[in-house]
Parts: sequence; C-alpha cells; structure tokens
Amino acid sequence: MKEQLKTDFEKILKISNFSEKDIKFKKNYLNKFIESGFPSRKLENWKFLDLNQIIKKDIGELSFYNDYSVTNKVDTSIFIDGLEHNKIIFINGRIEKIDFNYEDENQIEIYDDIKVNDKFDNENSLIDLNNAFRNKYYKILVKEGYSTKKPLVIYHLTNEIMKSKNINLRLDFELEQNSSLKLIDFFNDLTDKNFMNILYNFDLKKDSILKNYKIDKSLNKNLKYSFNNIDQEINSISETFIFSAGSNYFKNEINCNLRGEYSSAFVNGIFSLKENQQHEIRSTINHLVENTKSYQLIKSVLGKNSKAAYQGRIYVDSKAQKTDGYQLSKAILLDETSEFNAKPELEIYADDVKCSHGSASGSLNENSIFYLMSRGLNYKQSKELLINGFMLEVVEKITDSEIKNLIINMIGLKE
Amino acid sequence: MDTRQKDIEKLKEYKYGFTTDIENIKAPKGLNEDVIKFISKIKKEPNWMLDFRLKAFERFKLLKEPNWQKPKYPKIDYQDLYYYSAPKSMNDKPKSLDELDPKLLETYKKLGIPLQEQARLNGIAVDAVFDSVSVATTFKGELTKQGIIFCSMSEAIQKHPNLVKKYLGTVIPTTDHFFATLNSAVFTDGSFVYIPEGVRCPMELSTYFRINASETGQFERTLIIADKGSYVSYLEGCTAPMRDENQLHAANVELIALDDAEIKYSTVQNWYPGDENGKGGIYNFVTKRGLCKGKNSKISWTQVETGSAITWKYPSCILKGDNSIGEFYSIAITNNHQKADTGTKMIHLGKNTKSKIISKGISAGFSDMTYRGLVDINSKAENSSNYTQCDSLLMGNKCGAHTVPYIKNKNFDSNIAHEATTSKISEEQLHYCQQRGLNSEEAVGLIVNGFCKEVLQQLPMEFAVEAQKLVGISLEGSVG
Repeated sequence: MKEQLKTDFEKILKISNFSEKDIKFKKNYLNKFIESGFPSRKLENWKFLDLNQIIKKDIGELSFYNDYSVTNKVDTSIFIDGLEHNKIIFINGRIEKIDFNYEDENQIEIYDDIKVNDKFDNENSLIDLNNAFRNKYYKILVKEGYSTKKPLVIYHLTNEIMKSKNINLRLDFELEQNSSLKLIDFFNDLTDKNFMNILYNFDLKKDSILKNYKIDKSLNKNLKYSFNNIDQEINSISETFIFSAGSNYFKNEINCNLRGEYSSAFVNGIFSLKENQQHEIRSTINHLVENTKSYQLIKSVLGKNSKAAYQGRIYVDSKAQKTDGYQLSKAILLDETSEFNAKPELEIYADDVKCSHGSASGSLNENSIFYLMSRGLNYKQSKELLINGFMLEVVEKITDSEIKNLIINMIGLKE
Repeated sequence: MDTRQKDIEKLKEYKYGFTTDIENIKAPKGLNEDVIKFISKIKKEPNWMLDFRLKAFERFKLLKEPNWQKPKYPKIDYQDLYYYSAPKSMNDKPKSLDELDPKLLETYKKLGIPLQEQARLNGIAVDAVFDSVSVATTFKGELTKQGIIFCSMSEAIQKHPNLVKKYLGTVIPTTDHFFATLNSAVFTDGSFVYIPEGVRCPMELSTYFRINASETGQFERTLIIADKGSYVSYLEGCTAPMRDENQLHAANVELIALDDAEIKYSTVQNWYPGDENGKGGIYNFVTKRGLCKGKNSKISWTQVETGSAITWKYPSCILKGDNSIGEFYSIAITNNHQKADTGTKMIHLGKNTKSKIISKGISAGFSDMTYRGLVDINSKAENSSNYTQCDSLLMGNKCGAHTVPYIKNKNFDSNIAHEATTSKISEEQLHYCQQRGLNSEEAVGLIVNGFCKEVLQQLPMEFAVEAQKLVGISLEGSVG
C-alpha cells in the first residue's frame, strides 16, 4: 500500500496546482498516514469493527488517485422530492454544484480558499489521510442573526467510473451568533467497493443552532467513514440524527466540545442493518464548562449476519458542574447470526453532575407478538409493527417537523 | 480535642500498619530461573510443579506489561524484588499451633484473627498466609471428617498432587496475561480447597493474607474446587504494614464449580493504601477467575475494596455449564490518592446462563475510580441474560469516577440490560438526616451505607459488620 500511496500522491501533484505550502502540508500528513496505516482493532476505538481488515476483505487494493478536473453529469432524478432545499452536490468526491437559491445571498458566504486549519490533534489516521488527499475544501459561513429558510441538502453521489477508490472530502461550517442551519446529508451510490472518508468541522457561535441529519438509506457495497467535529459556544444547540442502513460499512463519529455554558448536544441514531452489513456510531461528548447538557439515543434493528457497534463516551471536566448527560442504546437482534456491541463510557471529574447511561439488547418480545397476533395480525405484520414503533421513537426526537415527516416517509415508517 | 475527635483521629490511622520484627528467609533478589528453582526446592515440590513454573517463566519472558489501564504507575523493576520471604521459624514446619512462633501468633492476634481454635467461636476456619508461606490452618480436624480438604497450596501439592495437577492452571492458564503468568512462575503459597461431592461445607473458610517483609512481592495462588452438588463460602482478608515504598501483590485465584455446585467468594481487601499524599501502598494486581464447569453451577463474587494504592482486578465468571449463574457484587472506595480500575467479566458460553453485576463505586479526595466490565454472550449461549448496574458516588471535585462497560451480544435469544448512574449525595437527603439530629458526617455515613446496602447484604454476617465499619473509616474526613 505504501508504494501505491506514494505514486498516487505524485500523480495528483502533477495534475493539480497546489501551492508550495499546501504541498508541504500534504506531504507531512501523507507520511503520518503511511506510518500508521488504516486503523485496526489494535486501537481501542476500532476494537469492534476493524477497518483495516474490512478494506482488505471488501476492496483489496485501494487506489488513492482521483482526477478532479473532469466534470460529472448531475442526475437530477435523485433529488429529494417534495422538499424545497438548497444543494451542494458531490459526485465522486468532486463538488459539482453549490446552490443557495432559497437564501438571502448576503447572509451566506462561501470560501474556497481558506488557510488550512489543522486543529485536530487526535490520533486519527483517517484525518491524516483526508488532509493528504482531499481536493480543495470549502467553508460555509452563516452570518449573524440569519436562519436559513430552507434546509441545505448535501448529496454524496458516485457513478460507475469509481472502482476501488478512496475519496476524501471536507467541509467547514461556521454559524455566527444567533444563526441557524439545517443540514441533510444524503447518500446515494451507484457504485461498490469504494471507501469514502468525510470530515466536517462545525463552529457554533453563541446562541446558534445546528441540525444535521445523515441519511444513508440506499443499499450499496461501499465503505464510509464520517467524522463530525462540533465546537459549541454559549447557549448553542447541536442536533445530530443518523440513519445508518445503506452501505456495507459505515462508521459515524461525532466529537462534540461543549465549550460554552448552557450549550447542549443531541445525538440520535438508528441502525437498520441487513445481510453482512457492519455499522458503528462512536460519539464523544466533552462537557467542559458548567451547565451543559447532552442526550443520546441509539437504536438498532439487526438482520442476518449484520453487526452494529455503539461507543458513546461522556467526558465531564472537573469545572463542568451541573452537567446533565444521558445516553441510551437499545438493540433488537432478529437473527441468530446478528451481533450487537456497545461500550457506553462515562468519565467524570466533577461531583455535582447527573450522568447516566443504559444499554439493552435482545430479541423481539414474544409476549408483545402474541398480543398483536391475538388481535388478528399475522406473525410478520406483528413483527413489522413492533420494529416500526421501536424505530419511530428515535425519529420522533427530530425537532424539525418538515424533515421529520420526510424521514418517516423515506424510511417507510408508519405513525 | 474532645473524645469524639480523638476517636476519629484514631480511626483515620491505618491500624494494621505495624510491622512484625521477625527473622526471614528470602530468596535472592531478582527474577530468573535460579530463583524459581530456589522457590520450588525450598517448598520441596515435585518435578511437574517445577516444570509448570519454568514453562510459565518461558512464556513470561515474551510478554509485555499491559498499559491500557486508567491508573498509571511508575515502572516496576521486577529484578529488584524478593520473590520469596518466609519467617525463619517456618523452616521446619511446626506440627501444631503450640509450636508456632509466638511472634506470629501475636501478629494475628493484633490483626483480630486469633489462630487458637478455642478463641474462635464463630465457626470460621482460617488459613493464615504470612508473606510467602501459610503459617497455620485452623479447624482442620473437623473439616477432614467430612472429607473437605482445606490446607495451604504447598501442602496440597505434596499431599493431593492428583487434584492439583488436574485443576491448577485450567482456569488461568500459564499462557495468560502478564501478571497471571508471572504468578504462575513464582507463586509461593495460598489456599487450596476441595469440597467433595454432595457436601455442604459446615463453616466459612477463610484466608488471611499479610505482607510483612519489605521489598517483597506477594504472589499467592488459591484454588477452590467444588465437586458435584457441593457448597462452600470462602472469605479473604488482607492487610500490610505502612511503608513508603510500593509493594506488588499479584495473586491468582481459580475457582471451579462442577455440576450443581456453588462457590461464594468474598473479599474484604484492606491493604495499606499509602499515606494521604499518595506515598507508599500496595499495588493490588490480582487475577481472579471462576469457571462454572458443570450444569446448574453458581459462582458469586463479593468484594469490598477499600485499601491498596492501586487496585486493578476483574474477578470473572466463565459460564460454561448450561443453566449456570455468575454474580458479582462490589463496593470500591477510593480516598486521598488511591486509584482503582476494577469490575468484572461475565462470559456466557452455555445455554440459559444468567449473570448479575452490582457495582458501587465511591470516590473522594484526589482519587480516581474506574468500573470496567465485559459482558460477552456467545452465539451458542441461547436464552441467556445479564443485568448490570453500576453506580458511582463522587465526593468533591478533585476526584474522578468512570464507567467503561463492554457489551457484546452475539445471541438473538439473549438479553442484556445495563444501567449506570453517577451523582453526588443530594442536599435534600443530607438536609433530611440533619433535621433529625445527625451531624453531617453521621448523615453521610448513613447515606453511604444505604448506597452500599445491596452489596453488603451479600457478605457473611461477621464480615458484613466489619465491612460496614471499614466503609465508614475509609471515608472519614472526606466530608466537609
């Protein structure tokens, strides 16, 4: 892999016009990545699902070379119906379109030439990979006091030319004081055997609100990794919802730093996995100051041979008195070959806090099925109804009613 | 200073911190094959035992010290320790208590463990381990009548080699982790218990561990076998003198329960925790593992951990037999600069296996407490269930409480439920108690006892009273 990385890197340098400084920056991270490689189960965070193994097994040889100069045709038929929205379209990792048609032009700014800010000091080799290989990245700024009128949908699309490739992309968002943004990540792939590595960085200023919905629904054989870093100032709110169902492998990481008092973070997720899928959510909520709040609810429905993992960590600094942290994960195992792993972790250094977590996993309750069957439903219907209700509880947590209804329809839940 | 305050001062001191001035025989300092041969020779062990040790030592040389635990400690120089230390008077083993060195008797009397049987009215048989050797075992006669074997490990190797050979190292193999393998190579003494088929052990069996010599590591090994349909309750207590250095205690405990057998293992651990600035104290790195080998067997661990500078242990149950049950009840208290990383592992292999984990952690002062546990339900363990509850109580904002559970469910027919909370003593509860005339310290004592009740209930009566007092003493002075 080392040779492949180096030759692909040189190839990219030849066709791109990066500045001297950028090249130095990228080279540094390339070397860092070559040293550590893809994360494996030797690392605590990757204990449950070993990405290195999965890439070897599912993809084999991975190519890191992408030609971002070629434009791709945008297929408008996959756009979300029945919802007016702004768009950012990624095809094969290349930004094809940024369109904020529904918004006041002066209130949103898009920067494409920002100086690289490199604040992730964590030991994450996938971020190193991202730094070394991503094309240019954009920063979207929502100005003070402005709330976006319509949600922004980011389409992550791939087409047939992609095969055994690695795509790296990054977006930064800054929400100025008292602004708000609704963001939907929509994944739709026509390919298989690629590895996507997505990095988002959110900066939430005072009183701002971020709502991020990630929807990975259409079945595909790609592997995906997504990392959200969220920094929150006073009284800001972040809400993250993850529907994790389509890809062969998907790991979502949320790293949330509650730096301002009265800030709060919500992470809700559903795993709905079918044959051979392996998905994971890992959240880290850092309560760094007083009076912050976090709430997490993760539910899984696991079919044949599927595997889901949830690692949730609540960290409470010794300064962070009056923290309220809550975390709950529930899983239904539908088949004898399905597997659920959880590691809900509390790390607490302050005494005046209320923190708790719960985790439960098991099969569908036979008594409930009996109850429904005795009222005339057949076995399959009863099962579906119970699963429907189980998942609906998470979707109900979505605070935006328009998007909630959209997601209910998309997943095919009944209210 | 009024009397009450004096009492508190007295209690705050670690009252087991004295040393016994007694002549010792020690193995040469360091860890090598010669030392292992020395230990084996002085204990007059058969060749297979020496082979067992040497095999473990070969393996040990390949292993690296683990480093994933929360409490970090300065590197231990394993060559700078004595691996064997025994009172000289034990060289020619005394035949009865009358021949025992009076100094040893005095030591145990001071610790509140009289070895003379007539002084023991509460029907507990004791095996007393002093540094590296077992010095006395009481009530032997009565136990032998029922066919129960309760003796020191060295004696068992001599007298019951078949049993030892059959079971030693079956739960904790010589190829296990760093400290367990070290123990397999250099273990000195410990207790051996065998309960024959269908026998319900008529009294509590107990071992009392005492580290006395300095620069010594204590590596004891305990093996308990409960044959079909038998029952035994076993208690373990530990203390050590106050010293400025850190001493290593790396024991291995193996439990084996055959069909329909039940083992109840209780620990009250009160090793010297170090002074209030965190100097000295015992490193308690113990491997405890129970195997529910037979059908309908049950193993229950109860621990009250108040001592040690660092406690790092996970008493575990391997539920191999169908319908077997594993239980873990724990209270861990850390104060001053103490650190603990403790919890349990429940590994479900058999059908219809059940496990229950109740863990209560209390941290005060500058201490750090971690619950780390694993519940692993294997794909063949149909219809199994686990219930876990771990609660932490924090006193002050200089200490930490952490919960790191690993939950693995590979069987769709099984249920796992896990709950954890972290909080402090609520103002309302304190107010309520104080309104009724308790001062703040008494009120905290009452609330903490209530918090621990679920676990304390599991201890045998005499121990429960002790433990309750210990809980109070460990937290003395941390409120205010």
